[in-house]
Amino acid sequence: MAEIHLTQSNWEEEVLNSDIPVLVDFWAPWCGPCRMVAPVVSEIAEEYKGKLKVGKLNTDEEPEIAVRYGIMSIPTLMIFKNGEVVDQIIGAVPKEYLVEKLQQVL
Amino acid sequence: MYDVIIIGGGPAGLTAGLYAARGGLKTLICEEKVFGGQIVMSYEVDNYPGFPKGISGMDLMDNFIKQAEKFGVEMNYDGVKSIEDEGKTKTVTLSSGTKLTTKTIIIAAGASPNKLNCPGEKKFTGKGVSYCATCDGAFFRGKKVAVVGGGDSAIEEALYLANLASKVYIIHRRDQLRAVKILQDRAFSNKKIEFIFNHVVKEIQGDKFVNGVLIENVQTKELSRLEVDGVFIYVGITPNTKFVEDLIKLDENGYIIVNDKMETNIPGIYAAGDIRVTPLRQVLTAAADGAIAASSAQIYIETKC
Repeated sequence: MAEIHLTQSNWEEEVLNSDIPVLVDFWAPWCGPCRMVAPVVSEIAEEYKGKLKVGKLNTDEEPEIAVRYGIMSIPTLMIFKNGEVVDQIIGAVPKEYLVEKLQQVL
Repeated sequence: MYDVIIIGGGPAGLTAGLYAARGGLKTLICEEKVFGGQIVMSYEVDNYPGFPKGISGMDLMDNFIKQAEKFGVEMNYDGVKSIEDEGKTKTVTLSSGTKLTTKTIIIAAGASPNKLNCPGEKKFTGKGVSYCATCDGAFFRGKKVAVVGGGDSAIEEALYLANLASKVYIIHRRDQLRAVKILQDRAFSNKKIEFIFNHVVKEIQGDKFVNGVLIENVQTKELSRLEVDGVFIYVGITPNTKFVEDLIKLDENGYIIVNDKMETNIPGIYAAGDIRVTPLRQVLTAAADGAIAASSAQIYIETKC
């Protein structure tokens, strides 16, 4: 798996201090659409290897981070650049749409 | 060249795929968003036969996917932009621009939940406005929420939310529910649920997050505000037929008209599941449609191609 398992302890290093843009997938095990979009996120991680970091944050395990970023709906995909949120996508979307959003920041 | 391209990976599409591939057909399922379809948003499906204890929509669809994969169905995450009929072959153009040829097509693209189209809805989507209680309910633990709608989905999800939220208002524009009796009974006896009949939502309000809804009494036109942190919207569905409307015969509501073999007006093109005109839209009926469509496609290929 090319995605990074994000936690409170590696959030700063992997997301905020990353040299390249980061796509964070906020998800939880009970969320059907989250589980079903996971393969798309994996494909993105493979296709953009080296240009984009892809991480997954389980909102169940890390509620503080979810609250900090105002997550009230999952799946939410957030794009970070230089430690800042530059875009977010709420809900399941077509892969094409996600790719389009990514191309704007890469 | 495919034998069959199935558009949509919900219960109808996955079952069509299973039957087609098991019958030896070269089969592809194209799914734009979420394999499993709308039902993956359901916390519990308790009327799909074979699961007496009930099963979550997500687990049920995981099984559908695994079973289709077992017979060698190809699956891709690509939407379909358009389809063309050239008689014995058809062309499917994907969102990515790729063109695929196939002998038959099964349209199982389902339906999408309707929006309220009121001020605040778009702004607060993901900030208190939700279309999936199973996904987002946990973010409203101990809070007050409103559910808009009066059908099965609205009541099922209100019951789920009542396990988490401190209070659940069900706002419905009519004076009675459309949901089946068993759900109504459960909701009426749930102490956390309060019904607000004959009201519609005029505006969803908040600053950073939702903090209330403005509702209107449909009879007196009187406005009032309800303090809630979340609004869950279940106000019907619209069929995803836009991309085929020039080719395929639809009814006045946009659903595809088929006969009992799931044949559309174009030979070799079939429709199955929520997208077709049907008196009942359930996982079970969608799956049954998919099986019939695949079987019809197979007979067509054997006799006409």
